[in-house]
Amino acid sequence: MKVTQGQFSFLPDLTDADIAKQVEYALEKGWAVAVEYTTDPHPRNTYWTMWGNPMFDLKDPAGVMMEITACRREHGGKYIRVLAFDSKKGWESIRMNFMINRPEYEPGFELVRAEGPGRTVRYTLRSHSTAAYPAAS
Amino acid sequence: MNGAVESIDLAALYQSSNIHATMHALDSDLVGLTPVKTRIREISALLLVESARRQLGLQAEPPSLHMCFTGNPGTGKTTVAGRIAEILHQLGYIRRNHVVAVTRDDLVGQYIGHTAPKTKEVLKKAMGGVLFIDEAYYLYRPENERDYGQEAIEIMLQVMEDRRDDLVVVLAGYKDRMDTFFKSNPGMASRIAHHIDFPDYAPDELVQIATLMVEKMNYRFSDSGQEAMRDYIIRRMQQPRFSNARSIRNALDRARLRQANRLFAGRDVPVSRADLQTIDGADIRASRVFTQ
Repeated sequence: MKVTQGQFSFLPDLTDADIAKQVEYALEKGWAVAVEYTTDPHPRNTYWTMWGNPMFDLKDPAGVMMEITACRREHGGKYIRVLAFDSKKGWESIRMNFMINRPEYEPGFELVRAEGPGRTVRYTLRSHSTAAYPAAS
Repeated sequence: MNGAVESIDLAALYQSSNIHATMHALDSDLVGLTPVKTRIREISALLLVESARRQLGLQAEPPSLHMCFTGNPGTGKTTVAGRIAEILHQLGYIRRNHVVAVTRDDLVGQYIGHTAPKTKEVLKKAMGGVLFIDEAYYLYRPENERDYGQEAIEIMLQVMEDRRDDLVVVLAGYKDRMDTFFKSNPGMASRIAHHIDFPDYAPDELVQIATLMVEKMNYRFSDSGQEAMRDYIIRRMQQPRFSNARSIRNALDRARLRQANRLFAGRDVPVSRADLQTIDGADIRASRVFTQ
């Protein structure tokens, strides 16, 4: 099951040239670019693990691509995304967010039922992939 | 489609690359420095031919353009580093026209594990342009074997090798110290293709530089001022801690101070535009260089 979240996720996976173009766009706008990874692609899991600090004051996407390569080498079997943070007043928020790496096999989500009083049933989602890394995030 | 183009007009390529304007500006803005200009011209020719070869489908590894500038203080190493970025950018060798100038403090950390992220951050900032490391020999401190400078050098070497089309590294420093630095870091020496030595300026060249500098500041020398400047330069060159163009800049700053004081002392008479612009012989001859 292909996890879709963030920008471009309904498109075919981005190539490195595509990623560099997107990063260049972000840098031209003066946004800080960050790389993050996780094993838990649950849509409500906002906080992924940071791969180093966000990169401020970059002029060229080559620096970001270097970090992406390094992150893939270490966490190739996990979900990796690229964020662009706009520090301008009034925004101070994420402006871009797209996935650039996903596991070869994506197990998807499990529907968990919890029975409550009076035959009520509450449903929730759990990422299958978290089971493979019980302790990691 | 089948590679019918078999010849390239180098002259036209030269015209369209905008490089002649930059080379011209280099000639007129920078006094002297003949060996430096010659080498830059050679590199430009290489890159121009390289782009012609690319158009005909003759692929080759991009040439390595890491450089080392050696020379005494004030010989224009930093100025030329800025120009190099412009030229390489116009020739399409680097993607951005920008220089990141750093020293040891920006690259080397204070404690274990601090150096690598620091060096990498600087390298990332410089990507696509020129990384200028001033006084690069401070990176290596042989007297302290646990110095983190070595770590910074190793990280840089790796990036210089792997990403040579993303980054041009320019090292700068005094000649003798750079030589020792390269002797103890053969890896660094072998990755730097261009060693450019900046010669000291001759007195005539320094006078020209002084004239250019005052013009840039919207001043000019009176006849006696011009003569005094020449005398000043000849005397100053004999004295210790002479640092070429930098000494000239400092001398001019002090001359401006004296000129302002002279005008202020005679404030009863209104000053003309020419008065405000002129640096007189007396402004320069009041220097302590003439009394020593």
